[in-house]
Amino acid sequence: MNELKNIIYNCRKATFLIEKKQITALTLREKVELRIHLTGCSFCRLFQKQSIGINKMVHELFHSAVHKDIRLDDDYKKKLQERIEEQLDKN
Amino acid sequence: MSIHKSTETPQAEAIAIDPHHWVENHADYLYKYAVTRINDEELARDLVQETFLAALERIDKFEGRSSERTWLTSILKNKVIDVYRKKSSGPGKNTIDLNTVQQDQDFFDANDGHWSKAHQPRAFGIEDKDPLMNKELNAILKRCMEKLPALWLSVFTMKHMDDESTDLICAELKVTPSNFWVIIHRAKLNLRACLQKNWI
Repeated sequence: MNELKNIIYNCRKATFLIEKKQITALTLREKVELRIHLTGCSFCRLFQKQSIGINKMVHELFHSAVHKDIRLDDDYKKKLQERIEEQLDKN
Repeated sequence: MSIHKSTETPQAEAIAIDPHHWVENHADYLYKYAVTRINDEELARDLVQETFLAALERIDKFEGRSSERTWLTSILKNKVIDVYRKKSSGPGKNTIDLNTVQQDQDFFDANDGHWSKAHQPRAFGIEDKDPLMNKELNAILKRCMEKLPALWLSVFTMKHMDDESTDLICAELKVTPSNFWVIIHRAKLNLRACLQKNWI
């Protein structure tokens, strides 16, 4: 019972579990603990929402870049291909 | 892209390798891959070049089981991880001194683990709306990420950008599993706080 009490008041642990949950499965015990904590803690509920949002944003940061027009300049590319040809000739 | 009408050997199964068109076909893609992960244009350019040269050296090892681009990307990926490793290694950097971290970022009350007053999360507009489309917010997020210690950023990026496995991250960056979780947790606490501070 004491341990349950611990999690009810422990936002440090709850936020840790929120992060863990997004990466791997929680144990049954952890799931129960987190659920109990979130029921009573609006700060951590808010944290969870924001945390999930941030992960999405970070993911998107990269995946949207795929469609962006980031390019090497042509000069550099030309030199790069020349170096490759050089190497190919050597072999 | 490159169609050679002269060589009419229709062998679709084996994937051909064609260094004469590497730059044309893959350089921009590889550059984009590198620059989004390490945020350093010059270094990213160097890595692309190194990737091509390394690939040439082991061209006989290419088995055609994956596409040319996938193969080149995997070589580049290892080089990016090397950069992470170099940035984040060094005496003491792979272990987190929890005391110092807690001193300047006391998110929680030391006694009961509750949010400290100053650090309680507040709503700042990313909770319900879809934050993904907001350019300004993205720029702030980037800056906040750059403020993280190098090792944290490496761990965080590999996990949340590239969905790498926890085992691989721990092995490559030489962090223990328990430190991994501490880093993931701390990185997010800091990032969230930074966003709240700079967005409101």
